[in-house]
Amino acid sequence: MTDHTLPQRPSPEPGVITSAGFRLDGWGLFATLVAALVLVPVLVSFSSFAEINRDLLAHLTQFVLPELILNTVWLILGVALGVSVLGVSLAWLVAMCDFPGRRWLDWALLLPLALPAYVTAFVAIDLLDFSGPLQSWLRQGWGVTGLPDIRSRGGVIGVMSLALYPYVYLIAKNAFATQGAIALEAAQSLGLSRRQGFVRVALPMARPWIAAGVMLALMETLADFGTMAVFNYDTFTTAIYKAWYSLFSLPAAAQLASILILFVLLVVVFEQRSRAQMRYSTVGRSAASRRISLTPGLAWLAFAYAVTVLLLAFLIPVTQLVLWTREVILQDLDARYWAFAWHSVLLAGMGALMVVAVGLLLAYAGRHRPGSFMAWTQRLATLGYAFPGAVLAVGLFIPVATLDNWLIDTTRSWFGFQGTGILKGTLLVMLLAYLVRFLAVGFGPIDSGLHRITRNVDEAARSLGTSTSGLLTRVHLPMLRTSLRTAAVLVFVDIMKEMPITLMTRPFGWDTLAVRVFEMTSEGEWARAALPSLAIVLTGIIPVILLTWSPRPSRT
Amino acid sequence: MKLLSLICAVALATPALSALAEEVVVYSARNEQLIKPLFDTYTRDTGVQIKFITGGEGPLMERLKAEGQNTPADILLTVDAGNLWQAAHEGLLRPIQSKTLQENVPPHLRDPGNEWFGLSVRARTLVYNTTKVKPADLSTYEDLADPKWKGRLCLRTSKKVYNQSLVAMMITEHGEPKAQSIVKGWVSNLATAPFPDDTKAIEAVANGQCDVTLVNTYYFGRLMEKSPNLPVAIFWPNQNQANKDAGVHVNVSGAGVTHHAKNPAGAQKLLEWLSSDKAQNLFADNNLEYPVNPKVKPDQTVAAWGSFKQNLINVKEAGSLQAQAVKLMDRVGYK
Repeated sequence: MTDHTLPQRPSPEPGVITSAGFRLDGWGLFATLVAALVLVPVLVSFSSFAEINRDLLAHLTQFVLPELILNTVWLILGVALGVSVLGVSLAWLVAMCDFPGRRWLDWALLLPLALPAYVTAFVAIDLLDFSGPLQSWLRQGWGVTGLPDIRSRGGVIGVMSLALYPYVYLIAKNAFATQGAIALEAAQSLGLSRRQGFVRVALPMARPWIAAGVMLALMETLADFGTMAVFNYDTFTTAIYKAWYSLFSLPAAAQLASILILFVLLVVVFEQRSRAQMRYSTVGRSAASRRISLTPGLAWLAFAYAVTVLLLAFLIPVTQLVLWTREVILQDLDARYWAFAWHSVLLAGMGALMVVAVGLLLAYAGRHRPGSFMAWTQRLATLGYAFPGAVLAVGLFIPVATLDNWLIDTTRSWFGFQGTGILKGTLLVMLLAYLVRFLAVGFGPIDSGLHRITRNVDEAARSLGTSTSGLLTRVHLPMLRTSLRTAAVLVFVDIMKEMPITLMTRPFGWDTLAVRVFEMTSEGEWARAALPSLAIVLTGIIPVILLTWSPRPSRT
Repeated sequence: MKLLSLICAVALATPALSALAEEVVVYSARNEQLIKPLFDTYTRDTGVQIKFITGGEGPLMERLKAEGQNTPADILLTVDAGNLWQAAHEGLLRPIQSKTLQENVPPHLRDPGNEWFGLSVRARTLVYNTTKVKPADLSTYEDLADPKWKGRLCLRTSKKVYNQSLVAMMITEHGEPKAQSIVKGWVSNLATAPFPDDTKAIEAVANGQCDVTLVNTYYFGRLMEKSPNLPVAIFWPNQNQANKDAGVHVNVSGAGVTHHAKNPAGAQKLLEWLSSDKAQNLFADNNLEYPVNPKVKPDQTVAAWGSFKQNLINVKEAGSLQAQAVKLMDRVGYK
């Protein structure tokens, strides 16, 4: 059994530097460019401090901020705990234990990824609120009243945890599948019990991966607007929208957004610290051959637990969507839906390809030019995920429009161009915005995957005469296949669900399924929003299944 | 990447081609399904192509601002007078002189500076539980602050512009201190935390979680179409002539011609058509709203709710006082 370990930032080896010469600068330049692109909307936000409305700021500080900071902190803590518990426990069960249904639950537990969190939220409120069927039935049939309110802090945290646990589940499952068995075996050989082995060895070893998944879930939570609106739960992001839409102050909104960004930066640094202690090992043997066999009682308990989570996070919401869809499908489903679905898939596909390509290069830049400069550049480049979508969209649109106006004026005076847009009307702006927003989602899995390929592999390949490009295409890419697929699917599904950027930057005629959802939900027409939501879920399921389906699923 | 550049090329070429026929470009914060039937009819009748994009009003206005004189948009169409006022306030619209619009749109439902015009009326009124409340118990918006409604009131969240406009109108009528004490009274009468939408608030009333709420009538209409047996009914508040009550709070969805419109004449024609008999029925009935044009009768369902006296204060006040109203609601803890 080979078990190589590699610190995240190895001391540069002489061979890398000399063979890299000019390329080193190229990597640095590339990474800087990507980070600069992400920094554009951040800087647009920070530039808002040029115009400070003291009255408004005083009002926000006195009446709005205290509660929403408290709410945000509670939400972060609650969701972090929720997604960790759900994600880690399910990942451990699926990766390490044998129980009925394990094979299909392996991929089925990822399905909630395809469901927008605000849909889960709306269904939860619809079913569990005072007017919902459950409480009505309890009240009328049994006289039971005074149930806990779903529209509460606990309710928001529960829904967000159910919607976002797959990030942790997916990443932790891979870590357990490749390391867990070995770690557990080693622990047991040293006389620890199975439980002690899990708590004291396997869990700490997987911690950096768990942290990476939790980080994604938290950034998503911080940026979330839809779910918070459904629950009427005030967070930083809802305050940003309030300052913009209700108080008509985009500067105040941007100022709040920059505070949020600083907050996220803190969390990112914290997470990077924990990642710095990551130790990566190559895959020795997969866990498949020696899963822990549970007693029948425990095995069925594990099954019941996993199915319950799946039921709450996916099956019940989707069933409700199906029921709503049945009410409206004859009236609403027309030929245009093919166009909406096609646009969604096309945009999500192109966006995923672009994010994966840039994410791969960015991860490579870190490998070829390790150091604190690169580490910081990578951190900045992946900040966009925590940015509330509409603020990000505006932060990108303003500079693009400015550039466009300049281009139009120039081409008009030179060539007599009569149009109203050169860049704005193209998909390029949209794709760049997706890149800024979702780079974190694609970069994480690729970077972790790349770190798992030790230098020994590179050296071995080189000693056999492989060139640098050959190293990438013939050695690294095949080894990175799972990571790239994970990244591509996560980004694909996220873009399918994405609304604010699509609304803001789409060219005429580029309506998507998510745009349809916006149209209906903005007027509270949830039943009619169910049809496009369901279409998003169905389209999103395909890549989720592809993600986990392979001839030998657990060998990575 | 080949595919990508091909798509970019197509996207680039499209505006150039379609510029040949006359077209009007609309940025709309009103739902696609509520405007597309109208635009299709207009195109069929006149041959004028309408290109439109939908989105939130905030981002659409930012888009207009950022595009400046190179915006393709001829018309900005939004819901709520507050947004229209804001667009005019930021110089995104231009005044237009149109006898047709002046005749079709009553003065309190359009901008005094002629920069925007209401196209449909949305009435915000009371809905009550018919088994628990007698209509005689109800009177005004202000009365809902009375302690007799303690634990009996449901409200939609203060984040929705409809409630912000209502509070803004109360500031106009009563001044800020009195308006604040009314809203404070509402908050202390709440039976449960504010709801995310009007429909949920009506359902709470129907299920007896509370007795009365404040909603736009079309939400009531939509819900009743689905579940006609709910024990809820509409009450028109502030109708007492002797007390000089101002009337039911109304808001508009409406539109204006953008400051940098490329086809202002075409845009104006479209607006005029939207205020005409034919379009007004399509515009309002489609969403169970009230026509803005007084010569046009509302939809049958809508007419069945009875007639009422509108508050005649210009709806632009809702816009100019919106920020003040929001701050007021923050101060009294209306979430």
